[in-house]
Amino acid sequence: MLIAFYVMGLMCVIGALALIVVPNPVYCALSLVGTLFTLAGIFILLNQEFVAAIQILIYAGAIMVLFLFVIMLLNLRTDEAFHIRWTLPKAVGAVVATGILAQLVSVFSSPAARLGPMGEYPVERLAKDGAVQIVGDLLFTRYVLPFEVISVLLMVAVMGAVVLAKRPAEGPAGEAPAAKAPEHK
Amino acid sequence: MIPISHLLTLSAILFAIGVGGVILRRNAIIVFMCVELMLNAVNLAFVSFSYAMNSMTGIMFVFFVLVVAAAEAVVGLAIMLQIFRGKGTLNIDEINLMKW
Repeated sequence: MLIAFYVMGLMCVIGALALIVVPNPVYCALSLVGTLFTLAGIFILLNQEFVAAIQILIYAGAIMVLFLFVIMLLNLRTDEAFHIRWTLPKAVGAVVATGILAQLVSVFSSPAARLGPMGEYPVERLAKDGAVQIVGDLLFTRYVLPFEVISVLLMVAVMGAVVLAKRPAEGPAGEAPAAKAPEHK
Repeated sequence: MIPISHLLTLSAILFAIGVGGVILRRNAIIVFMCVELMLNAVNLAFVSFSYAMNSMTGIMFVFFVLVVAAAEAVVGLAIMLQIFRGKGTLNIDEINLMKW
């Protein structure tokens, strides 16, 4: 199990590195899909099969397909000049990222870090009741207010996306100039 | 039993890679994908803590983070579509005005 975790973690890190190194946006999206899939595998190792399924369905399935659609809709080729020239801002960025990594790792592996009191959902209970049932129970009892609020958030986001992505009907930046163009000829 | 420090270290590595991508890359969509990677790193930390502490709270947070990530992706991509229509580029060095 530990070996499986190390293999998946390595694949995960390789996919993430490919995301920030590969110039082509489509390949970037595909490497992120690979990272999300290996993360789902790690979730299965952590006894959370439901989260893994949701991860694959929503993240790798829905969100990344949306990203790929937009990338292909905008026809983004490798137009960004991404050559790692070690200019000062990039060096500063790398130093900042490494600093964050070092700080997080030093906190996580320090001997002073302790876990709090244990919860009431051990693996045996997950296996007996089923994670889906436990999640559903919690979602509609203890977390019912966040659940309702987040449904409103989702609806607002959908309406906002529709309004934002709509072409202006008579606006100056929409089809209006293209429609007027034949009249001048 | 996977040691939680290893899980959290993997989460920290993914988060740092996401930060590096946000700072280094210039394409707005790739910057956006790096933000998604950072959200996933946090999700991994939530699930790890749930696993180590026999708790379901982290799992519930993962669901809410997932919904927020989906909403963010939808709205952000719509904004990028509009920016691309207006300016013809998604290079974040050239997108420096709120109105044009």
